[in-house]
Amino acid sequence: MLEGLVGGLFNGISIGAVLLIVALGLAIVFGLMGVINLAHGELMMLGAYTTYVVQNGANGLGDWAVESYILVALPLAFLVAALVGLLLERSVIRFLYGRPLETLLATWGVSLILRQFVRSVNWPMVIGLGVFALLFGVGRWILSRYTDWARIARWANPVVSILSAAIALVAGLVVQGAGNPTFTRAWFSTRNVDVTPPSWLRGGVSLGATLQFPSARLFIIALTILCLVAVYWFLNGTTWGLKMRSVTQNRAMSACLGIPTEQVDALTFALGSGLAGIAGCAVTLLGSVGPNLGGNYIVDAFMVVVVGGVGKLVGSIVAALLIGIVTYLVGSGTVALLLTGNEALQPVTDFFTFFATTSMAKVMVFALIIAFLQVRPAGLFPQKGRSVEA
Amino acid sequence: MTTRFGRRKFLAYGSATLGTAMLLKACGSAPTDSTGGEEDAPTAAADGDTIKVGILHSLSGTMAISETTVVDAEQLAIKEINANGGVLGKQIEAVLEDGASDWPTFAEKAEKLIDQDQVVTVFGCWTSASRKAVLPVFESKDHMLWYPVQYEGQECSKNIFYTGAAPNQQIEPAVDWLLENKGSDFFLVGSDYVFPRTANTIIKEQLKAKGGNTVGEDYLPLGNTEVTPIITKIKAALPEGGVIFNSLNGDSNVAFFKQLQGAGMTPDMYPVMSVSIAEEEVRQIGKEFLVGHYAAWNYFQTVETPENEQWVADFKAEYGDDRVTNDPMEAAYIMVYLWKQAVEAAGTTDLAAVREAAYGQEFAAPEGPVTMNPNHHISKTVRIGQVRDDGLFDIVSSTDGPVDPQPWNQYVPETQGFGCDWSDPAKGGKYEVEA
Repeated sequence: MLEGLVGGLFNGISIGAVLLIVALGLAIVFGLMGVINLAHGELMMLGAYTTYVVQNGANGLGDWAVESYILVALPLAFLVAALVGLLLERSVIRFLYGRPLETLLATWGVSLILRQFVRSVNWPMVIGLGVFALLFGVGRWILSRYTDWARIARWANPVVSILSAAIALVAGLVVQGAGNPTFTRAWFSTRNVDVTPPSWLRGGVSLGATLQFPSARLFIIALTILCLVAVYWFLNGTTWGLKMRSVTQNRAMSACLGIPTEQVDALTFALGSGLAGIAGCAVTLLGSVGPNLGGNYIVDAFMVVVVGGVGKLVGSIVAALLIGIVTYLVGSGTVALLLTGNEALQPVTDFFTFFATTSMAKVMVFALIIAFLQVRPAGLFPQKGRSVEA
Repeated sequence: MTTRFGRRKFLAYGSATLGTAMLLKACGSAPTDSTGGEEDAPTAAADGDTIKVGILHSLSGTMAISETTVVDAEQLAIKEINANGGVLGKQIEAVLEDGASDWPTFAEKAEKLIDQDQVVTVFGCWTSASRKAVLPVFESKDHMLWYPVQYEGQECSKNIFYTGAAPNQQIEPAVDWLLENKGSDFFLVGSDYVFPRTANTIIKEQLKAKGGNTVGEDYLPLGNTEVTPIITKIKAALPEGGVIFNSLNGDSNVAFFKQLQGAGMTPDMYPVMSVSIAEEEVRQIGKEFLVGHYAAWNYFQTVETPENEQWVADFKAEYGDDRVTNDPMEAAYIMVYLWKQAVEAAGTTDLAAVREAAYGQEFAAPEGPVTMNPNHHISKTVRIGQVRDDGLFDIVSSTDGPVDPQPWNQYVPETQGFGCDWSDPAKGGKYEVEA
């Protein structure tokens, strides 16, 4: 009985930890900034692909590298996702603050672009994009230095961009035409890639006769706690965290007091994206890595943040653990098992037995969440006092 | 920065850039849609007269991963036939269409191939859903489709030739082998759609008939990666170990095997028999998680026949040394040859004549000899393989010879005692077999 209880609790917490690490970045981006980022899953995917690249690099270095590559992959996944997030914020999202619908559509578009990018990225494409960025940047810089840019911007911008694009296209095609097949081959292709965790994360820790805690789950729980502590410290113990919280609570007033709100926005978004990258690295221990990886997690991530309540990290923590434990208890039939043997409760037992499959457990969790949001539309821990600007 | 770079402008340029990048890509990798015209082609085809066949698979979307490999195998077969003089002295011209992993698109493209391109036959489809979507098209136009993938049976169309396994050529022998060698308690895991559910219905009936027990079953929604509840259920139902029969499809397999290993469920206690994992999937899941588990197919890359050695060598020479061959690819390859033999036996590409001529066609396939039956399925050898360290399969069991196909399942009460015979107009797609 005790073993069953411990095992059940551990499994529930481990499902919750996965949900939480996936939702943590979103809790910052959506919870603190109010940006509905549908590309969050794709940032995770980039983190997962970073892990794949690091793993392939480690395979050439010998056994010690194969055993420890994940420790290098984690910070790198954070960096890659944070940089892409920063780029995304500076180039798309900052023009859409305060317009949730447009943000939603734009980020959904970005998510499709990122998926296709991963499927088809190869050297010619990278070279083409690089040439374009270089020409466009240099062209604008020269023009803005030697001419009255404000006056000619209307026609100069399109001209420069079209010219750069044309040259980039030609450059790409030349490379494509001249290149040998290994050079023009897609890096990842549409296939899922195989990420194999180091051997110490593939087994489990046995406890007692029947209990076995998978190492991958223990690792993810530890990682989640680490990320939580780091985020908490960052928000409450650093100057930038303080600025972030003040901008979240009252943007106009913060700007009046000299806080660089634009920089804070960029930093916040990059932090949230970086956490998505870490989550992407973590889920490679559990599942497959492919262009559609993000789609499998995005709904769950939003679910956690919405149930937790916008604007408070603690809400997301409690929500993730609750959803994890309920999903596990219902889906594995533990609830139904506990109730059996009680004659009076037979109908209740049958009810839970019906829901004791993976698909139906999900249905039940969704139903419970909908019911809960009817009672508390703002989630578990709604923001008190001044509301967050949406 | 002297001015702000406006949002609208940004979007315009941004999309221009991306469009450019995508164009680059598209120009670079446009698939060749014709495999005709080998340089060493005989002069018979010089009059420009070709025979058009359709190839209809998903070249994009979720199923592209699997289906593109099948296209490769079909194109290799066509290329070989053309190099050896073609069919009826004419070169084969393949018209390639993309079903885009979307079932209505499959139906549209099938109509296009038949009406616009006037192809004489179509090779195509992977999922049962796509086959069910094109079936009405082929039946209403009385045309011909060749389908290369193992499936759940319970279908026998006059207009489709099935070269993959029927359940009695894959699932049933696998269950028999497990009962004999691995124990009688089965837990069934599958993805939540038509094939696994039908397959599991058959398995449950079969276990009932043979004295095994189904101790539990569960279905994962496609794309779901949280397997913990299922693993708990398996452990509760089979505390001493037992057989797991797995009909999961796609990504869920990766999650399932990774987490199974983490939970300490090793193949010696919990052997998993899979029906959707072949060489290609082993590579994507990661062989470390699969070593020691089993799969049931008619063909493995490791089959030791001279035909297979030749075919694997040819395939690698054509597509690269890192490629592997698997069962659906092999079935796709042989169906092109079976069609060619039928056309040559009929002496014409007229559909009815080809259909008649197809019955009884034999081919020395890489998997061993196969024969087309009057019920539009082929007799095939059945094999059980165990994943070994290099990601290929050790063949641990194989039937003595080809097993005759039974499209209508004999364990499911609704279809028990039915057969299918298109060579006899009185019998057709579903008739009561005389006991």
